Amino acid sequence: MIYVQLFYTYLKIGLFGFGGGYAMLSFIQHEIVDKHNWLSQSEFTDIVAVSQMTPGPIGINSATYIGYVITGNVWGSIVATVAVCLPSFALILLIVGSYERFRSNRYVADAFRGLRPVTVGLIAAATLLLMNPENFVDYKSVLIFAVAFALVKFAKIHPVLMIVLAALLGLFLY
Amino acid sequence: MNLYGKIFCTFAKIGLFTIGGGYAMLPLVQKEVVDRKKWLSSEEFIDLLALSQSIPGIMAINISIAAGYKLKKNKGSIVATLGTILPSFVIILAIAMFFRSFQENPYINKMFMAIRPAVVALVAVPVFTTAKEIGITVKTAIIPLASAFLIWYWGVSPIYIVLIAAVGGIIYGKLKKSR
Repeated sequence: MIYVQLFYTYLKIGLFGFGGGYAMLSFIQHEIVDKHNWLSQSEFTDIVAVSQMTPGPIGINSATYIGYVITGNVWGSIVATVAVCLPSFALILLIVGSYERFRSNRYVADAFRGLRPVTVGLIAAATLLLMNPENFVDYKSVLIFAVAFALVKFAKIHPVLMIVLAALLGLFLY
Repeated sequence: MNLYGKIFCTFAKIGLFTIGGGYAMLPLVQKEVVDRKKWLSSEEFIDLLALSQSIPGIMAINISIAAGYKLKKNKGSIVATLGTILPSFVIILAIAMFFRSFQENPYINKMFMAIRPAVVALVAVPVFTTAKEIGITVKTAIIPLASAFLIWYWGVSPIYIVLIAAVGGIIYGKLKKSR
């Protein structure tokens, strides 16, 4: 049952996805590419690119996209998108009334102290997983990566502009 | 328009103009919900923001649910979330329907060959900015390095890493207190 699998997978991503969009990439990639083989490495990277240039968070965009692609049906998109939001609903409705108590709870604070450094590890894992032969086809890929990294990190170029520049470069280089 | 309609339209507008994820969305939410509509005070907004960041899931969704709940309880949270999701849902669905035929175009293919390594760079940069933000030192770098390696090299699910980190944080807190 592909719909059940899809629902369960995105429920897990919604429940355990910590640390924002980039940190969540490693979850999504682990589940979608490595475990279920629903998408290839390069298809996954393309969705990240499309997601950077369109409205909406990557968690939602990947759910909508993958839901459609693997079922060939709008219902797939709906099932995955609802599933990724459900844990948030449950948790917020659960704690919103007693938020002060939740926030001042020592165990919650300690758990967060443990999670913070791991967030960096999750983003690093996403980067390493993306550094694969499907995304890096030749030496030109390595050059594009290095230049893009420098432009975004040091010249603070906007991600959307970076993708547009890379696209134009692709027309010349390949 | 009743309040539900207004909530829906406001969050749909926020959803439509948020490009690049949760943090890009925050100033927009603040402008619409706090400054313009005056649905929440600044303090309430900051509280909701802290709540949204302290639970798992997509932050943009979390803040929509929390703000919607504050306005109109359960129904408000559903309406706000639907508003946030709808624009990107429609756009991404359209792309999903046609992207594969686009990709067969040789020019699009060339563009994506160069876009892919650039996207990897976009993901690589926040590794360093986040590490600096949360004050990772040479000594504490072992934690992110080990977790990245476990996921990447051994294919360990990030879920286990998150669980171990949370439990580890609690145990560390206990040890420090008992000392």
